[in-house]
Amino acid sequence: MSNFGYVAPATVEETLAVLQQATDQGQRTQILAGGTDVIVQFRSLDNSHRLFVDIKSLKETNDVRIENEHIFVGAAIPSGVLNENAELKALFPGLLEAADLIGSTQIQGRASIGGNLCNSSPAGDTIPALIVNSALCVLATNEGTRTVPTENFVTGVGRNCLAAHEFLLGFQIPRPSAGTGDAYLRFIPRTEMDIAVAGAAVSLTINHDGICERARVSIGAVAPTPLLVSSAAEALVGTTADEDALQQAAQACSDAAQPITDKRGTVEYRRKVVGVLCRRAGTIARDRALSNRN
Amino acid sequence: MSKIYVSTTVNGRPEDVLCEAHQTLLDLLRDEIGLTGTKEGCGTGDCGACTVLLDDRLVCSCLVLAPEADGKEITTVEGIADSQDGLHVVQQKLLEHAALQCGVCTPGFVVAAKALLDRDPNPDEKTIRYWLAGNLCRCTGYDKIIRAVQDAAQELTPTK
Repeated sequence: MSNFGYVAPATVEETLAVLQQATDQGQRTQILAGGTDVIVQFRSLDNSHRLFVDIKSLKETNDVRIENEHIFVGAAIPSGVLNENAELKALFPGLLEAADLIGSTQIQGRASIGGNLCNSSPAGDTIPALIVNSALCVLATNEGTRTVPTENFVTGVGRNCLAAHEFLLGFQIPRPSAGTGDAYLRFIPRTEMDIAVAGAAVSLTINHDGICERARVSIGAVAPTPLLVSSAAEALVGTTADEDALQQAAQACSDAAQPITDKRGTVEYRRKVVGVLCRRAGTIARDRALSNRN
Repeated sequence: MSKIYVSTTVNGRPEDVLCEAHQTLLDLLRDEIGLTGTKEGCGTGDCGACTVLLDDRLVCSCLVLAPEADGKEITTVEGIADSQDGLHVVQQKLLEHAALQCGVCTPGFVVAAKALLDRDPNPDEKTIRYWLAGNLCRCTGYDKIIRAVQDAAQELTPTK
């Protein structure tokens, strides 16, 4: 008997019930958002039987709520749709630029940041950008919801903290305070549509005296999971985020990286480049922060 | 497992079909509905030959599951030319510029280029190249295709 199935539940409760029932019956489930990773992997790597649970019909996964303290971004919104939202773009230019780096126009009509995170690739471009923006992952569970800081979500290559009966609803991101700017840069050998050799995201808050009072730095594609690099942030806080401070943050990123050698780059190369990317992304984030100081 | 009933609209025409959960929208269009204009190139979302509009958004139909088409509006290359006016200006210009050889990539380019011109009738060359970066061509080369789209834009906005 063929054991492929597809359901597109209309509510979170229904989705959880479907996941629970399938789990109880030992049936494999596959959450489906844009499908740009899921369907490729299904067709090329592992075509075993499963129940596709499409979460795109849910209100919550398509929601964007811009509130005073937090911004909620639904997990399943295609990046092409996110990038048409001028308000989001003004709040988190680095995050939206990271989303815009992934894939062609066609892919961006489907691919979501929720999917990018749940795919849990070491090189997922939006993950470092979510981390530096202190995004909390909001998971639907049988008990209601639970939140996980993005830096704790990915637990290994292609692995994350989601249980079989849970799924990602979206992200709750604190509204950036005045004087905050973010940026994400990656290196690829082509001009677009490639997988990062290394990537770095930086978010800074600069006060009226020109001093960096908050910093977060995250690096991608240089370890089994994207990393939050607190030593790089510490190198920036209390400084004017000048060249010296950025160079120290860059060194901290190079030191924190645990890269591998593969067809995209060597250990030595990735270690060096991730520092350069941190310095350059830090410069963009600093300039954005300075221009956001009201 | 029983087949899944899908009620969709393709090029303005209602279509009621049965599909399997693991079929793609591309399979549905070609094998169940019989619209073979949409081509399969890579099957992994890299080449854009299977490009269609799904509720007015450009997608690779090889990366959409067939049951996802339920309740959606789909436009394929067969829906681009007008029965009254004939070829769309993008199609006409691809012909005039000899911007196709084997033709497998052409339906994807037609759908993608028309979608661009519907959004932005006057795109610059860089915009056109980025927009069409997800459509690969292995024989014509991109220059003639880009010129054809620029020419189509010119015809749509003659003041350019």
